Amino acid sequence: MSDIKYDVAIVGAGPAGLSAAIVLAKAGVNVIVIERGRFPGAKNVMGGVFYTDCMKGIVEKFPNGAPVERHIVEQRMWMIDDESYVGFGHKNAKFDKEPYNCHTVFRAQFDKWLAKQATDAGALIVNQTVVTEPIMKDGKVVGIKTGRPEGDIKANCVIVADGVNSLMAKSLGFRTKLKKESVALAVKEIIGLDEKVINDRFNVTGGQGVTIEMTGSLFKGAEAMAFLYTNKKSVSLGVGMIIEDMIEHKINPNELIESLKKHPAISPLIAGGETKEYLAHMIPEGGYNDMPQLVGDGIMIAGDAATMVNAVHREGSNLAITSGKLAAQTYLEAAEEGDFSSASLSSYVDKLQESFVMSDLKKYKALPKLLQKNRQLLDKYPKLMNDAAFELLTVDGVSKQEKQKHIWKNMKQQIGFTNMLKDLYKIWRSVG
Amino acid sequence: MRLEDKLYLIGFKVDEVGGSHLAIKDKSTCLVCEMKQCLYVCPCGVYEIDEIKNEISINYDACVECGTCRVSCDDIDWRYPRGGFGVSYKFG
Repeated sequence: MSDIKYDVAIVGAGPAGLSAAIVLAKAGVNVIVIERGRFPGAKNVMGGVFYTDCMKGIVEKFPNGAPVERHIVEQRMWMIDDESYVGFGHKNAKFDKEPYNCHTVFRAQFDKWLAKQATDAGALIVNQTVVTEPIMKDGKVVGIKTGRPEGDIKANCVIVADGVNSLMAKSLGFRTKLKKESVALAVKEIIGLDEKVINDRFNVTGGQGVTIEMTGSLFKGAEAMAFLYTNKKSVSLGVGMIIEDMIEHKINPNELIESLKKHPAISPLIAGGETKEYLAHMIPEGGYNDMPQLVGDGIMIAGDAATMVNAVHREGSNLAITSGKLAAQTYLEAAEEGDFSSASLSSYVDKLQESFVMSDLKKYKALPKLLQKNRQLLDKYPKLMNDAAFELLTVDGVSKQEKQKHIWKNMKQQIGFTNMLKDLYKIWRSVG
Repeated sequence: MRLEDKLYLIGFKVDEVGGSHLAIKDKSTCLVCEMKQCLYVCPCGVYEIDEIKNEISINYDACVECGTCRVSCDDIDWRYPRGGFGVSYKFG
């Protein structure tokens, strides 16, 4: 590999790296993608919802020919407690029209397909190869070292898209270590079910699908985020928790997902299903404030490696795709001048600022810290809502006025009226 | 469902030659570690107590490379497996 110099070397064949590769290859750029898995997607995991809009300018007529599962027509949000939930949902026939807003996907299959689009456009993808560190010359990145013998790859520019653990960002000194208070671990099971059973249980037909997002404490009193997404012949059931909370509450992720599977609201939805795969992946939830340095001399960082996850809206892969596309566009502009310095590539950051990526990350930038310091927001409130709903809806001879009084008393005891107002204000400040 | 049965469903290519991609930097740290969080935060039960040797043993062949141990404990030397080895998901 050492004799050839590439225009661009990309670390990681996930959504960020592959979207960059597609845009570059289509523009006639000599691009190589290095992937450590046996094939692109082999090590890639997400909950499973992929948004269509980000594919503009990447793949024409998406999702034609792409391995998507179901298009989502209904989204449910549940505040969950040990044996109950209070929910909100939105089902809309507009979500049932092409181009669909989003689909469930399996990343091992989806990324493999996306990689095919990159190679068809002319990119070279090398699998089963670990990138160990950048090659530096006079303080500039001029390529990457791989685990292969004579595996140095020289390039004008390197795009780092090696995911949440990004050992590249670490070795470049672009980021400090991942913080246990702002990174979540999610575990997931793919549970096989008959297609008709899924349609009946979720009240959908054809290719329609449903998502359920859950928040609350469902195991050992620790706040968890969980999800259930419908695929064609399976559901993806997962649960995540901030790693610091897992440590503190002594939570084992497998026990956590097992308890979710037994939850009375979940268990009938997966009854009779057979687990096909068990997966685990970290989610960088620190948002804007946790972002590493994004640009250096001869280098740009995209996707999860750059903490581009909007945890509030469970978006990540669309931010990855968009950032990869913007990194590629930045390269194309820089190549016109032949200038790959940090100053020249800094227009990547400007492009991100102008796009929804940075705008959304900035909008919610105070939220990770707010939730770190105010665990009651995702723990006590769901419980209170569930208690209140149960009390109001139970007919037991107690007057409604008495019930309301009791609910208020309970809320005041648990949190306090002033604290409730403060919490409301904090949330409004963070997400409003 | 038992964890062992779930791990059985995952595709792995174990690097028998290269050996473990995970290591403990200083095993004496584990002896004084009160939480021993590696024993429970790992979704695949990679870390176990070896009662005979009185140390933490690493079943690297069950590692799905999520990185949770690395974020949980500064004493873990975490690398990727060699190219092509380690977890290979079917669904993802």
